[in-house]
Amino acid sequence: MAASEPTSGAMTAKAARDRAAEYLLRRHYFRWPEALPWLIAIVCFFVFPDRMTFGSQVVIMIMFALSLDLILGYAGIVTLGHAAFFGVGAYTVALASLKLGWSEPVSGVVGAGIVAGLVGVIVGWFILRYRGLTLLMLTIAFAAMLQEAGNIRSDFTGGYDGLPGLMFDPLLGHFQYDLYGHTAYWYALAVLAVVFFFVRRVVYSPFGQALTGIRENVRRMHSIGSPVHRRLVTVYAISAGIAGMAGALFTQTNAYVTLTVFDFDASAKVMVMLILGGTGRLYGPFIGAVIYMVMEDYFSKLSPTFWQFGIGLMLVLAVLFARRGLLGLAETGWRKLSQRGAP
Amino acid sequence: MPHLLTIAVSILFDGLAYAMFLFITSVGLSVTMGLMGFVNLAHGAFAMAGGYIVVSLTRSLGIDFVPSLLISAVVIAVASVPFERGLYRRLYKSTDLEQVLLTIGLAFMAIAAFTYFYGPIPKSVPLPSWLEGDINLGFRSFPSYRAFLILIGAILITILWYAFERTNIGAKIRAAVDNRRMAESVGINVDRLFTLTFALGSGLAALGGGFAIQLFGLTPYFAVLYLVLFLIVVAVGGLGSLKGTLLAALVIGIIDTGGKYMFPQAGNFFIYAITVIVLLIKPAGFYGRE
Repeated sequence: MAASEPTSGAMTAKAARDRAAEYLLRRHYFRWPEALPWLIAIVCFFVFPDRMTFGSQVVIMIMFALSLDLILGYAGIVTLGHAAFFGVGAYTVALASLKLGWSEPVSGVVGAGIVAGLVGVIVGWFILRYRGLTLLMLTIAFAAMLQEAGNIRSDFTGGYDGLPGLMFDPLLGHFQYDLYGHTAYWYALAVLAVVFFFVRRVVYSPFGQALTGIRENVRRMHSIGSPVHRRLVTVYAISAGIAGMAGALFTQTNAYVTLTVFDFDASAKVMVMLILGGTGRLYGPFIGAVIYMVMEDYFSKLSPTFWQFGIGLMLVLAVLFARRGLLGLAETGWRKLSQRGAP
Repeated sequence: MPHLLTIAVSILFDGLAYAMFLFITSVGLSVTMGLMGFVNLAHGAFAMAGGYIVVSLTRSLGIDFVPSLLISAVVIAVASVPFERGLYRRLYKSTDLEQVLLTIGLAFMAIAAFTYFYGPIPKSVPLPSWLEGDINLGFRSFPSYRAFLILIGAILITILWYAFERTNIGAKIRAAVDNRRMAESVGINVDRLFTLTFALGSGLAALGGGFAIQLFGLTPYFAVLYLVLFLIVVAVGGLGSLKGTLLAALVIGIIDTGGKYMFPQAGNFFIYAITVIVLLIKPAGFYGRE
């Protein structure tokens, strides 16, 4: 904080404090470029009407990556097991529909979010006391344990063959899921919009500020009396809930789910998307998930081996040359250009 | 109850062989992580590459299995040095996340490259006759391949223990794991030490990869599938601790083998359950520094 500098005079200290307060106040104001992703999403519907099944999967992955951004990008929790919550959500709606006959989609998504969030609270409470390798291993082990547990009870979960023949009620009682994925696309986009504005609110709140503080300097946050563990568990639960909702949408739009949703690869994949777009920024997941999914769709048809090599290469290059992701790269480029333009 | 005893001995024997594989492959990872705190998710890729070199040497060049293991370990040890010098060393001071991303990227690239050259189908190697079949140890007979693995494991443990506890270099490594800054300030070249242990660890991983061919069947996905196991052994044992890695390998090897004997449908569930329990109680592992 500039305000605490003893050398500057009282006036400048006050001015600096005002400037900081002003910044914090205005940071969450909407700016016009923020409408852009949503406009593009709507335009996409009219440009590629026959690719909307794929489009809905992209939207779901954006949501999944957004949930990871909340804990990885803002709170600095490194996890390679986030697919666990995606899977919990996916199986919540699948089993609710199959065993309980609860096939209403919207309440299913909300319910899956709540279940995954509760799992997030329990797991988070245990594991978030640790950092570094221990935390990383615990997240991996937890996801793998759920997968193995699902496999042990494959009579119940369908195992790796999956649970086929899932049926869901028409959306809001009116809109049937169609073959072209039109309903699925609008449905997923609407859920993403609600979730996104919630996340945006969280990130710009004092709670979000505290998370960034924990990421940057956890000792200082402890010493100023911030309840670090409680904050981390809270954000972990929120993130788990969102991942669960993404998983629920995944099951509903595919009418199919297998235990592969818990794969280590799935956790790694969503992290790659986030890194590609840029962590700790709200629109990173959008850019990352779209670019990753489109490239995967294109290249994995050409050669899955080639595509896997490509993911690896992208990760290595991102770490070496673009640590803040594509958005970070764009930001740097933009700044350089505007500096050159200015007198 | 002779029947129960037979099962117990089999579990113990297979578990021990499995533990030796885990120890050989993970010990290098443990020491390098302890030295630099570097999260190396490409370690499994080095093991996988070592396995494929053994496949090539035995199948294409007709070299015997055991010399192939040694050659492969040396080749991987040498080949790992440029990776460490060129890529890893740029990230020593970076965050965990960046190290995770770089090394998992390398692992993906390795999987793709080896799939391209060797295909995705599991490989096997021709074994010399004395490694096939069973060996009689007086009271009962055991598969000779696993007995050989246990023997090699025991020899390596002895050598590593001696090198770690009784030689100058071992003392330097222990000092650097304990307190790197202090070790540097008394004139230990930790950078060079790290390159050395990294090469040694990768070579041992390659040896483990070579043994894995007959145990599990080698596919390019070995690099990621078994990586989680190596990481578990390292985390449960405690970073940079030889004793810890050995203990963790034994616990996980034997309990997992026993679990699979008695509850075959449970898969790896027991391994993950042990990991979670141990790490929740002792977050730094058995012999790690808290």
